[in-house]
Amino acid sequence: MIDRSEVLHIAKLARLSISDEEVDVLAAELSGILDHVEMISKLNLAGVEPSAHSVAQTGWLRPDVPHQSLAREKALDQAPATDGEGFEVPPPGSGT
Amino acid sequence: MSTDSTKLSVTETVAAVASGLLSKAELHAAWLDRAGLDDLNALSWVSDSPELVHGDGPLGGVPLGVKDLFCTEGVPSQSGSKILEGYLPPYTATVVEALAQAGAPLIAKTHQDEFAMGSSNENCAFGPVLNPWDRGRVPGGSSGGSAAAVAAGLVPWALGTDTGGSIRQPAALCGVVGLKPTYGSVSRYGMIAFASSLDQAGPITRTVADAGLLYSQMTGKDPRDATSVEHPDSVEPVVPMDLTGVRLGVPEELTGEGVEPGVREAFEATLDLARSLGATVAPCPLPHAPHALSAYYLIAPAECSSNLARLDGVRFGLRVDPDEGLDGMYGATRAAGFGPEVRRRIMLGTYALSSGYYDAYYGRAQRVRTLISQDFDSAFEDFDAIVTPTSPSVAFELGSKTADPLSMYLSDFCTVPMSLAGIPAISIPNGLSDGLPVGFQIAGPAFSENRILGIAAALEDGLKFDGSPAWIA
Repeated sequence: MIDRSEVLHIAKLARLSISDEEVDVLAAELSGILDHVEMISKLNLAGVEPSAHSVAQTGWLRPDVPHQSLAREKALDQAPATDGEGFEVPPPGSGT
Repeated sequence: MSTDSTKLSVTETVAAVASGLLSKAELHAAWLDRAGLDDLNALSWVSDSPELVHGDGPLGGVPLGVKDLFCTEGVPSQSGSKILEGYLPPYTATVVEALAQAGAPLIAKTHQDEFAMGSSNENCAFGPVLNPWDRGRVPGGSSGGSAAAVAAGLVPWALGTDTGGSIRQPAALCGVVGLKPTYGSVSRYGMIAFASSLDQAGPITRTVADAGLLYSQMTGKDPRDATSVEHPDSVEPVVPMDLTGVRLGVPEELTGEGVEPGVREAFEATLDLARSLGATVAPCPLPHAPHALSAYYLIAPAECSSNLARLDGVRFGLRVDPDEGLDGMYGATRAAGFGPEVRRRIMLGTYALSSGYYDAYYGRAQRVRTLISQDFDSAFEDFDAIVTPTSPSVAFELGSKTADPLSMYLSDFCTVPMSLAGIPAISIPNGLSDGLPVGFQIAGPAFSENRILGIAAALEDGLKFDGSPAWIA
C-alpha cells in the first residue's frame, strides 16, 4: 500500500505538481497496480542474473573523430525562452 | 491509372511503378486524396506538398504514414502529448530518413497514445482514434493511428513502434499486419523514447509481403544508436513457407484463461489450418510467462520515468511558469503537459526506482526478464515458432476500460513476453469474431524475421482475410 505521504514524496522526486484530490486517486491506483505486480515477489530468483537488455551486447564505442553537431540556432529554435545564446530558465529555489 | 491504384498491395504497386503502368506522381496524388478522407482522427499531419522527395530505391515511391513519435524535421512530432504540441524537431529519425531514401517518402503522421503508453489510443492528447470497423470502438494502441489508417486505406503502409505490443495489438484490432522486429535490428535514433530497452520500430501493412518489404529497408547498425545491431541475414522478399514439418508451439499460459471465446475459436481454426498445411502443433511451456506483465509494468514505467525527465520546459515544448522558481516551473509544466496515464506511469516508475525499493521492484523485474528469455530459448529448441492470439479480445468500446488502468494493462498479456525477450513477433488478421478482427501472433527466435514472415504468409494465403469492410469509401 502506498499512502499520501509516499505519493507526495514520489511526486517531488518526479518533479510533478499534483493536486490534493489527485494524491488520493494516485495512492489508490498505484497501490492497486503494485498489488498485482507483487506477484513476482513469490518467485525464487536466487542465482538469476538481471537482464538490462534483451539482446546481449557489450559496450560499443563510436569512432572518436570530430563531427558536426547541432548548430546553436537550431538547438535554440524550439526553446520556450532564450536570449539567443542559451536557454533561459527561472531562478533556482522556490521563487519570490 | 485511376485512384484504384490505391487498392493494390504495396508489393503490387511497386511492380506497377517499375513496369511503367503507374507514375510516382499519380501515386502520390492518389494517396493525398485518400489521406484527405480521414474521419477517424487517425492522421495528425498530412503533407501539403504536391510532390514528395524520395530516392530511386526499391520502394517505388509508395508514400509512408509515420507514427507521431518519430522525429521528422520541420514536421510536428508530438508523441501524442500536449507537452510537445506543435514541436518541430531539428532532425529526422534514422529509419524515416532511410525509408525516404529507399523510395517511401513521408506523406502523413499518425496519432498515438501519449508517449506510446496505452492499448486503446484513448490516451492521445489530441483525441481518440476510432476503429474503422466500428467507430464506437478503439483501434488498439499505442500505434492505433497507424493501424487504423492502413486498415481504412488512408495510407498504403505505416510505421509503428512496439514496446509491449503497440504494433501487434492495434494491427490485430484493425485487421492488418503488424511486425515487431528483433530488438536492436532497427535504429531507435529519433524515436521519442518511452522504454529504451524495449522500444522497437516496425511496419504496419495490409499484407505480409508488404511488411517484409518495408522491414527489409529498415534494418542496420546506426552509429547514433548504440543498441542497434546489424541483422545477420538479409531480409528476403516474402514467399509463403511450405509448412510441412514446421513445429508450432502453443503456450497454455498465453492461450487459456482470459482469452474471449470468439478469439479462441478463430485461433483454434487457424491451428487446424496450419495442421492441414503440414505443420505440427503441440503445447509448449512458457512457465514464467504469467509473470511477464508484472515485470513489464515495473521495467517500462521505470525507464519512462527516466526518459521523460527531459520534458522539463527548458529546451523545447510546453512551459508553464507560475513564478515559483525553477522547481515550480518544472512541476507545473509537467503537470499541465502530461496526461493522467503518463503521470501515473512516471509515478510508478519513480517509486520502483526509489531508494529502498529498487531491489524489490526494478531489480526483481530484471531477473524475471532473464527467466522469460530462458523460457523462450528452451522453447525454440523444440519449436520453430510460438503462436498465440495477439489480443485476448477484439476491439473494445471507447471508454470501457479507461476507469481501471489494470484492466487496460491486461490487454497486453499475449504480447509483452516477446517484448521482454526482445524476439520478433508478427500479428496477422485471423478472421472476424462478431464482425470485428481477431489477430494471430507468430513469434520466433531473435533475427528469425524471414522465418516468421514465411509462416505468416503461408497462413495468410489459407485464411484469405477480407479487409475491405474497413476501407473508407
